[in-house]
Amino acid sequence: MEVRQLMKARVTVTLKSGILDPQGKAIEGALRSLGVEGVASVRQGKVFDIELEGPTDRAKAEELLKQAADKLLANTVIENYRVEVVG
Amino acid sequence: MKSAVLVFPGINRERDMARTLKLVSGVEPAMVWHAEHELPAGTDLVVVPGGFSYGDYLRCGAIAARAPIMDAVRAHAAKGGLVLGVCNGFQILCESGLLPGVLMRNQQLKFICRDVYLRVERSDTPFTRGYNAGQVIRVPVAHGEGNYIADGETIARLEGEGRVLFRYASPDGIIDPDWNHNGAINAIAGITSETGNVLGMMPHPENHVESIMGCTDGRGLFAGLSDHFGKAA
Repeated sequence: MEVRQLMKARVTVTLKSGILDPQGKAIEGALRSLGVEGVASVRQGKVFDIELEGPTDRAKAEELLKQAADKLLANTVIENYRVEVVG
Repeated sequence: MKSAVLVFPGINRERDMARTLKLVSGVEPAMVWHAEHELPAGTDLVVVPGGFSYGDYLRCGAIAARAPIMDAVRAHAAKGGLVLGVCNGFQILCESGLLPGVLMRNQQLKFICRDVYLRVERSDTPFTRGYNAGQVIRVPVAHGEGNYIADGETIARLEGEGRVLFRYASPDGIIDPDWNHNGAINAIAGITSETGNVLGMMPHPENHVESIMGCTDGRGLFAGLSDHFGKAA
């Protein structure tokens, strides 16, 4: 029987530079108050770990991930995204 | 006025909205489930109510904006049909591309639930004909993500085309950072689409329509809409 190989991928969504990130600012302040030294600034974002069962090669996988990011995972008005096939 | 109120999982203000529509227009609205593909025939006004569709997962309104019924709402809007989005409804309309920009986390990071004052910027629209331009109304807000922002070009267009219908203001109608409770750019509380037939706003006019609510300032919006269709018919 054929064993289906799942391809593992990751989509990282971050706020565009220049977009105010109040959550990042709050985390930054919290790190300071915890005494974590040397933090200049924090910007927060989202990571999506995705398993793919459809595509057979990296190029197709990346195409599919871009579709997912454009259609739903990122709001490209304020966010950038990066797709990577990790294995 | 035949209205349709959309219902998504996690929405919780749809009954307030339906009650107000019935009260002011005299016609019971249709409640339309998100998985439907069509609006009831003859729908004049589509209302996307407030709440927490899909638990605000991913981004507020993101998942609801991609529901099957939204294609029908887009078609309704493309034909010039009126669409009103309140609170989460505003977020859904932005996420669906029917309105530009985005509602970010409130500047102070707090969920804000209280009455605010809005300055009505113009009265020559179906949504604001029940008010006078410059009039100040008091309506409640209840949101954590109401901080409106868009790129500079979009903001310039919204302002230039007179598409900002409501701004957060002082009780005297002064625009001031102290009265802009969520930090929205230019104190924007409500905007319309390019064609003027889609309005999104964070405050809840449907919750100030009867004296028992302590204020009836929100009634003008629904009375205006009702008049608009009454006279058009």
